[in-house]
Amino acid sequence: MLPLSGERQDAKGIIYDKMNSIDTLRGSSTVKRGFAHMLKNGVVMDVTNVEQALIAEEAGAVSVMVLDKLPSEVRKAGGVARTASIRIIEEIMDSVTIPVMAKCRIGHVNEALVLQETDVDMIDESEVLTPADELRHIWKWDFTTPVVNGARSLAEALRRIEEGASMIRTKGEPGTGNVAEAIKHIKKVNDELRTIKAIYDSGDNQDLVRMAREFKVSYDIVEQTAKLGRLPVVNFAAGGIATPADAAYLMSLGCDGIFVGSGIFNSDDAKERARAIVLATTFWNESDKVKEAQKMIDERQSMLGLDVNTLELRMQDRGGSA
Amino acid sequence: MSLTVGVLSIQGDVQENILSAKSAIDELGIDGKVIDVKTPEDISQLDGLIIPGGESTTIGQLSLVNGSLKVIKEKIAGGMPVLGICAGMIMLSNTANDRVVGKTDQPLLGILDIKLERNSFGRQRESFESDISLDSLNIPKFNGVFIRAPSVSDVGPDVEILSKFNNRIIAVKKGNVIGTAFHPELTRDTSLHKYFINLVNTSKN
Repeated sequence: MLPLSGERQDAKGIIYDKMNSIDTLRGSSTVKRGFAHMLKNGVVMDVTNVEQALIAEEAGAVSVMVLDKLPSEVRKAGGVARTASIRIIEEIMDSVTIPVMAKCRIGHVNEALVLQETDVDMIDESEVLTPADELRHIWKWDFTTPVVNGARSLAEALRRIEEGASMIRTKGEPGTGNVAEAIKHIKKVNDELRTIKAIYDSGDNQDLVRMAREFKVSYDIVEQTAKLGRLPVVNFAAGGIATPADAAYLMSLGCDGIFVGSGIFNSDDAKERARAIVLATTFWNESDKVKEAQKMIDERQSMLGLDVNTLELRMQDRGGSA
Repeated sequence: MSLTVGVLSIQGDVQENILSAKSAIDELGIDGKVIDVKTPEDISQLDGLIIPGGESTTIGQLSLVNGSLKVIKEKIAGGMPVLGICAGMIMLSNTANDRVVGKTDQPLLGILDIKLERNSFGRQRESFESDISLDSLNIPKFNGVFIRAPSVSDVGPDVEILSKFNNRIIAVKKGNVIGTAFHPELTRDTSLHKYFINLVNTSKN
């Protein structure tokens, strides 16, 4: 059963249709959030071409995310990062059986529409690309294709869900190979969930209103989330994951799954590492299996990684105040 | 005797199926528990198994790695009831083709003599809900949730067709093995899970 807080019956993304005179409903929250539920306990891998997508599928990835450049390369290249080439996205969709996602810029409604027309399975409104609108994210209820958003806190996550996000990924710092920020943010979300749950359990509605005002979201979504004691949509971890042990640790913190960006295809042992990260995500609570997975990779082949404190560009801050 | 029903927790919507199966057990007033299972040891102690929705390539490859695929196959051959949902039904089949990519080379259980077309209704934008019926199970109306769903393109002689949607086969049964293309665990209706729990109960007692 899905927790369905905030379903909007009048959303433009919901399509009442007929298949040979049988009534059908597309783009409902059940169908959009349900898609994310099918990814649970899995790994979504960033890829830039068909060859990498095939490696990801072979390794057991639940989905691939198509980008023009890996986040670490975006960081190096500078300039404006936009959505990937449609031709490459289509080539990848024709080559793998697993779902294909692609990123659009924060607030860029028409990049998202282009991706929806391309028939990608999920759209990521992502801070890895250069934001098109710092103040307004996309109103995702207008889309039949589900959208995933990043968040650094419960407030950000709930704001995105109220805009219609079907899935959340707690942000790390993309393209660094440094998992510290991903850990910080999932712990922050968990802390805040515990806080509102405790308030809910105490029956102090006035204090929940205070939290809603602080989070800049409606009272309803705070109440529903507090009652559930978790985010009302699937939540993956993302940003800086480079090793099997990184993945296992984030799973142990209660994430529903993992996004791996540069960590795989920026290493020198991509094939083994892709497989190893999938194994560690699946068997995260069996330490012998995580050790076996960790043994499959060579630390000398890991991407070098960056200290988050010395970065000139902090992608995680993009769109965060909105 | 108390029932132990497992949900294969390699990958996919495990928790949703645990909740549906627990509700079904409570509503039926049957003595039993529902647990998530991953290892061959856990699986070997089950009276019934649900293989949830997810990505069939991932579930197949990883259940091959830790030896659970083999144990599941042996248990089903020994008569244990199994409910395969979407990716789970693909796992039960002996041949899976993708609508776009064609023949897939993925590990399957090969228990059900059916041919499957993966992503049969299209990609995620085409995913849909619609009313369906499972008359032979006495479920005249059910909210079918189809997410990048497969359909059955051909069945062997002893496989019963439980339901069709738009002329496509979306639920099948052979003995104690049930496969559905849609996701009952994403609805609040527990009737299909109740049917399965009853099947497990009859098979055990």
